[in-house]
This record gives sequence, structure tokens and C-alpha cells, in this order.
Amino acid sequence: MSAVLTNALVMGVDDALVSHRDAVRRVEDQPLNDNQKADLRRAAWMAAAQAGDRVAYERVLGESVGVIRSVARRQGVPVDLLDDVVQETLITIHRVRQTYDPSRSYHAWLAAIAARRGIDALRQHGRRDRRELHEPLAVENHADEHEASDAAEHDQRAAVLREAIATLPPGQREAVEHLGLRERSLAETAELTGRSTGALKVNLHRALKALRGRLHGDS
Amino acid sequence: MEIPDVSDTPSHNSLIQALGAELAPVRRLRSPLQRAIGWTVLLGALAALLVRHYGLTPMLTRWAGAPDLAWAGLGAVLTAIVAGWVAFSLGVPGRDVRRAWLVLPPALLWIGASGMGCLREWVAPDTEVATLAQTHGCVEFILVLSLPLSALMVWLLRRAYPLRPVLTAVMIGLASAAASASLLEICHEFDAAATDLAMHALAVGLVIGANALCGGRLLLRH
Repeated sequence: MSAVLTNALVMGVDDALVSHRDAVRRVEDQPLNDNQKADLRRAAWMAAAQAGDRVAYERVLGESVGVIRSVARRQGVPVDLLDDVVQETLITIHRVRQTYDPSRSYHAWLAAIAARRGIDALRQHGRRDRRELHEPLAVENHADEHEASDAAEHDQRAAVLREAIATLPPGQREAVEHLGLRERSLAETAELTGRSTGALKVNLHRALKALRGRLHGDS
Repeated sequence: MEIPDVSDTPSHNSLIQALGAELAPVRRLRSPLQRAIGWTVLLGALAALLVRHYGLTPMLTRWAGAPDLAWAGLGAVLTAIVAGWVAFSLGVPGRDVRRAWLVLPPALLWIGASGMGCLREWVAPDTEVATLAQTHGCVEFILVLSLPLSALMVWLLRRAYPLRPVLTAVMIGLASAAASASLLEICHEFDAAATDLAMHALAVGLVIGANALCGGRLLLRH
């Protein structure tokens, strides 16, 4: 009796395994469309990037730009802010690349981050719009005043900017001073500061973001 | 899935190259399920320590006499595990936020069974109805234990990237408060009563509120 039960159980398990294999084969046999192929390719590149493969990383970031723009546009991000969202998303991807699981969709992971950065951009934009007067209205109301105090205002702005630059971390301050204010080339700055050109670019980008935030009152 | 717009990819090439230059290998984050299993094992270890000290018999006697206490305990345990898993899931971009609703059934079991206990007219065996002063011990237990548990979960999420930090922090608060309430069940010698339930609810509410206020900011580092 027990032998019959054991055989039946073994056969049942075998049947189940065969049926699972068939199901997997059926799914695998289905032709992948272009988007699915692209997603698999990017997932593999990102997995390689997690292991330190720079070429794969630059490829996956390059192919991500279009997706980020699409996600941001769908969220209603204005065209002039799209590049900011792309840059912020690329930097975020760099910081959180350890959270990607290559067994899951790269697109879903990327789109979630891009959507978050898109919302952040819309919020910042909204706050800025509420603070700033519409230009024609501002000119109409303050044209004479503006002309009269032009020089003073210029000095004041420069002082505010100098103050904001002084509060930046040393690496970022260095990048702004050499690349932005003294208009030195990347190679010259790299030689002067002993930093790589890559680090200088990232520092400059972060510094500009911080300055934008401080001068517009965003944190 | 989107059809990517590759019209002006070249304009971002300098940043991409800069990020490529900074690239270093990273250790992949463990899956939310694996981390939730670790969280459950930790709770099991804490429960084992308490059982070693207090023994299982008093809790089992209470449960045999008043099954609603057992259901409430089970609800609290499941809430701690599910809320922990949800918190870990929310730390990974692209995971469905709607899975936060999964904490509702165990939480309802926990709250519902605790509430039903108050409707009994008789007192569960080996217990008494706690006075307001006695319930202070329960509140302290939940608050004191929830603090390190919440801190531990925030630390476990340090390499994650919660796109909804406040919701994640609420889940951390719920998981740690439910875990503390579950562990309290091992040494809780009071029957379910309105005062006791109200004090438990207050402690759990405080833990969740504190996490929502502070945890969200701690998780917003990125």
C-alpha cells in the first residue's frame, strides 16, 4: 500500500515538474518584442555596471536618457526642465545603483526614479513660479527703480553669489572658481587641483545645483 | 513600456562620462524578502530570550482560556512581519507601492481581536484587569523596545532608496510597534480591557508618529 502511495506521489511530483518545465519553455519560446529585448539588454548592462564595468555603465546610462525624458514629459515636466530631470535622475541612479535587482525589470526601476525626480522638479518649479513675478508686470511696476539701482543691485547680487560660493564644500567651490569664474579648461583645472576631470564635472554639476537652490531659496 | 526618446542624448554625455569615471563596484542590496526573513529571525531570537525568562506556560494558559488574546497576538506578529517586509520593499525603486495595503488584514486582526477581548464579561485565566497605573509598564515596554527596533530598521534601509520616505517610516513604526506588542504578549499578565487597549494604542500611535516625523527625514538622505 505504502509503495503504491509512494509511486503515486513520485509520479505526481514528476508530472508537476514536467508541466512547470513546459510552462517555462512556452514562455521562453514566445518571441520578445523590441522593448523587452532592450529591457533585458539594459538589465544585463546594469548588472555588469554593479560589478564595476564602466563601458556597460555608460551604455546603460546613455540608453536611459530617452526613457527618463519620456517619463518626465508624461508627468507634465516643461521642456526647459527636462534636461535638469535627466541629470538629476542620472546622478540618483549613480548613488543608488546597488538597489537594482537584475532579475527584475530595469525599466520599472528607472521609471520609478525618473518619476520621483520629475515630481521634485515640478515642485521646485512651482515654488519658484510663486515667488517670481511675471516679467512684463515686474518691468512695468519697477522699470525706473530698476534702472536707477542697476549698479547697486549688480553689486548686491555679486556679493550674494560670492557668499553662496563660500558656503560650498571645498571640492565644489574649487570647481566653480576654476571652471565657472576663471573660465579655465577642464584639463587646466585638473592639473591645478590634482582632481580627475570626471570628479570636476560632477563637482561642478553639484555646485550649480546647490547654488541654484540657495539663490532661489530652495533647499 | 516607453519608446525612448534619444533625440539629445549627446548633451548628457559629459555627465555620463563623469559618472562612469567615478564608477566603483557595489554590493547589491539583498532582496526585501531576504531582509524580511532576517527581521523575522531577529524577532524570533528576542521572543526566545523572553520565553527563557518568563516561560511559555503563563502565555499558553491565557490563550487557552481566552482565544481572542491569542488571535490578537497572532495579528500583532503578522503585522510586524508584513510591515517589515513592506518597509524593505518600499526601499527599492519600482516595487509596487500598493503592497502597503497588505498590512491591513493582519493589523485588523490585531486591533479587532484586541477590541473583542474588551467585550468579554469574564476575565482571562492568570490575569487581572490592569489599572491605569499598571498599564504604564506596557506603554514603557512598547516605547523602549520600539526605539531600538525602529533604529535598527532605519539602519537596515541605509543603502536602500525609499521613494516614499514617510510611508516607509510609517511602516517601520508599525513593524517595530507591532513587534514590541507581540513580545509584550509573552510577559503580559493583564486581560484585554479598555484602559489597557487604549494605552497600547497610544504607545503604538506614538511610535508610528515619531517614525513618520523623524524616520522620513532620516530616510531622505539621497
